[in-house]
Amino acid sequence: MKTENRQVDEITGTETTGHEWDGITELDTPMPRWWLIVFYVTIIWSIGYWFYYPTWPTFSGEGERGGTVGSAEWTQYKQLEDQQAEIMAVRAQYQQQFESASFSDVQSDETLYAYAIAGGKSAFGDNCATCHGTGGAGAPGYPNLNDDDWLWGGSVDDIYQTLRYGIRSNHPETRFAEMPAFGEMLSTDEVSSIAAYLVEEDASNVSVGATLYEENCAVCHGDTGMGGQDFGAPNLRDAIWFYGGSKAEIELQIKKPKHGVMPAWEDRLSESTLRQLTIYVHSLGGGQ
Amino acid sequence: MLKHHEKLEKNSILLLVCTVIVISIGGIIEILPLFRMETTIEPVKGIRPYTPLELAGYNVYIREGCYNCHSQQIRPLRDEVERYGHYSLAAESMYDHPFQWGSKRTGPDLARVGGKYSDEWHIQHMIDPRVLVPESIMPAYPHLMTRVANLGNAGDDLSALKMVGVPYSDEMIGNASQDGYAQAEAESDFHDGLYERYGDKVNARNFDGQNVTTEMDALIAYLQVLGTMAELKDYKPAPATGGTE
Repeated sequence: MKTENRQVDEITGTETTGHEWDGITELDTPMPRWWLIVFYVTIIWSIGYWFYYPTWPTFSGEGERGGTVGSAEWTQYKQLEDQQAEIMAVRAQYQQQFESASFSDVQSDETLYAYAIAGGKSAFGDNCATCHGTGGAGAPGYPNLNDDDWLWGGSVDDIYQTLRYGIRSNHPETRFAEMPAFGEMLSTDEVSSIAAYLVEEDASNVSVGATLYEENCAVCHGDTGMGGQDFGAPNLRDAIWFYGGSKAEIELQIKKPKHGVMPAWEDRLSESTLRQLTIYVHSLGGGQ
Repeated sequence: MLKHHEKLEKNSILLLVCTVIVISIGGIIEILPLFRMETTIEPVKGIRPYTPLELAGYNVYIREGCYNCHSQQIRPLRDEVERYGHYSLAAESMYDHPFQWGSKRTGPDLARVGGKYSDEWHIQHMIDPRVLVPESIMPAYPHLMTRVANLGNAGDDLSALKMVGVPYSDEMIGNASQDGYAQAEAESDFHDGLYERYGDKVNARNFDGQNVTTEMDALIAYLQVLGTMAELKDYKPAPATGGTE
């Protein structure tokens, strides 16, 4: 840039750039000093940053992702570990006790119980609520966990086993039972009379239904229809119907039963989360 | 330096060349690390290419725009790991073309949704999400139950992916349609071949409970395998120093 034409403007006291267009000149107002200082400081700061954090890709690939390592040896995985260690430190005072305590110990200790409920509630929202509802009220085909009607048992140990291994899941230890499709074995009339026996006590074919029930259903659902938790066989004498309680819906279920699946959570959740969930689910209202 | 500025301003070719050099710095910084791409993929066991049925589901996933609301990327942050499980590894999406990391979570992350819900749940949820999750704003996709899965030309799909580096063997490509239909059957004579080519852990069953292999079968097969391939129990992240071996 030509400096010989630079002049000091009389009014502002600032130098001009030296350019002139038809008698019009341009002021060369300097950057504010504070702005320049901040600008240079950030440049110096960034150099420090390069050395402190992993920054530059290199071909030798020393770092976690094939770049420079940085003096802090920071990685996002270490940061995660630190964050997890931080929360575990907060939990530690309860966690150790919780891990060594049995279910009944936890239930009788106020602090541990509160700890388990808090953890269980949080895990329930993330993992269980999508099927069983935010409050555990269930959905058609997914049991209500607030009532005392349990398919596979409502004691803490039963709940724990169900949670851990699932029902008809792909875990080798899974709870498993399948009601046969009676539509292939019984006539439509026979199915209809069983359904009548279960819901319409004054229908004419009730006694036929009762006999058929005894022959076909009582093995699992019990002589009186109270269900059998060993086979996950629902109680047929209460007002709770898993797949609908109308006669037509019951007939459909007898002919070609639907079988719900609960995944096994063993691999997905930690042992203590499973136990916290067990206590939480048990506390929902129906625990036995 | 200011002395020479006039040359630059008055010589358009020189200005053009210098402008290109300056602009390319940003490009080079973005492109160069890709030549070391293999160092960004952690070694982890169990990752395999998608089966033809899963791939058909993946294509449905893209067609229906699932990625607009669902991410497939669990970041290594405490709250995400707590909610969704182990953070995602690059290896887990190395056979996705294009990857489905997504950038927005209107719905939950799906990187580890495999095995979390039953097939029946997925069917009901796809037909009408509100039946199961009253507060859900997800659209319903009932048409997946009636649309037949696109498996007839599955081999073409596989060979296209092979061109961009997915290790499909000629045998996999040749048997693609057969493997695709077999995976959606509860019992099939072709299961042995499917397991032989893709491993014993492949979920082979009638996902949607219908006799026809529908897009619902394909999509559920895809969702049920998400995040389940990697053997994470043996996985340890590389230390800050010491390379990636």
